[in-house]
Amino acid sequence: MESITSLLSIALGAVLVNNFVLSQFLGICPFMGVSKKVETALGMGMAVIFVMGVASAVNWPINQFLNANGLSFMQTVTFILVIASLVQFVEMFLQKAMPSLYEALGVYLPLITTNCAVLGVTLQNAQKSYNFGESLTYGITGGVGFLLAIVLFASVRERMEFAKCPKCFEGFPIALVAASLIALAFMGFSGLKVW
Amino acid sequence: MNVKKQFVDGLIAQNPALVQLLGMCPLLAITTSMFNGLGMGLAVMIILTCSNVVISALRKIIPSKVRIACYIVVIAGFVTMVDLLLKGFVPALSASLGLFIPLIVVNCIILGRAEGFASKNGIGASALDGIFQGFGNMVALTIMSIIREFLGAGTFGGGILNGGAGYQILPENVVALGMILPVGGFLTLGVVIATVQYFMSKPKKNKEVAK
Repeated sequence: MESITSLLSIALGAVLVNNFVLSQFLGICPFMGVSKKVETALGMGMAVIFVMGVASAVNWPINQFLNANGLSFMQTVTFILVIASLVQFVEMFLQKAMPSLYEALGVYLPLITTNCAVLGVTLQNAQKSYNFGESLTYGITGGVGFLLAIVLFASVRERMEFAKCPKCFEGFPIALVAASLIALAFMGFSGLKVW
Repeated sequence: MNVKKQFVDGLIAQNPALVQLLGMCPLLAITTSMFNGLGMGLAVMIILTCSNVVISALRKIIPSKVRIACYIVVIAGFVTMVDLLLKGFVPALSASLGLFIPLIVVNCIILGRAEGFASKNGIGASALDGIFQGFGNMVALTIMSIIREFLGAGTFGGGILNGGAGYQILPENVVALGMILPVGGFLTLGVVIATVQYFMSKPKKNKEVAK
């Protein structure tokens, strides 16, 4: 049984200190692409939490199997295949259960496959040789960190719609500058520890 | 195939990183020194060219329903090869890029070119496309890393020139460390893309005036 403290510190690290988007630069594509409205950002964040959690849980035994058989060089290939099929599954589920969200996410849903945060979290689990509980915690809280970042960013962008800015900065560049300011705010969390 | 057009597209008009806005993660994350930027650019270029060739060669065999999965397997194979080669021959680069080498698998540029170009064109054209798009991406990575390294550490060519230390241009007490941190990544990319948009929109305006 792993101590609650270590799980808590993993969670704190994943959500605030080493936020996947704002300090590790994983999952920038959906972060920039699906953050025009808070609602879709929320849906995307939820989908990512789910995929990251399940991917961490599923890839843990697979990684154990690969390591036991000396196949650890196959990690990348196996992990990405597992993630691709998971995303396919989520897509089919959303299409049936929540068609409005499905349409709002549009092309970005299959693109969760190419969200570096998902592959990144499974690779990091393998690199840090986390046990099952730790992997699952890291996966889910990593997703929560992504949700937090993307929702904050989407709210900023919604307001920016009406703000004036130089012509060449319109659209993507000014969004990047805003992201930089959010990252600056998140730097304030560095050094935070559980106790 | 129009080689010159492909070259201009890859480098400027359709630059994968600065105009198509693909592959943002490595562009922001590893561009802290020229060594990292160039190394990452080269690795992506090699993988992109190889995967483009293989996918183009297999484009009539791959069933369209499972094509994305097939592309990913091909790409992941090449990424694993490059990862192992770098670990063996350039351990310094492998150490400083870390997680971002296996993450080339999910670099949108590669999948985007596979889907958008290699699956529709012949082997030769796809190989050229891989080289040019990869080169465009490398240029973007290098520009980003030169700016960030200069402002953040005050050096030029860190990791490659001057025995790895780079040339110190700005004195160490005036540099803005933030430029090397994530904050600087977002900020630099924003400014670089704004500059590109500025210059891209200019010739159009001139033409409109001429009309």
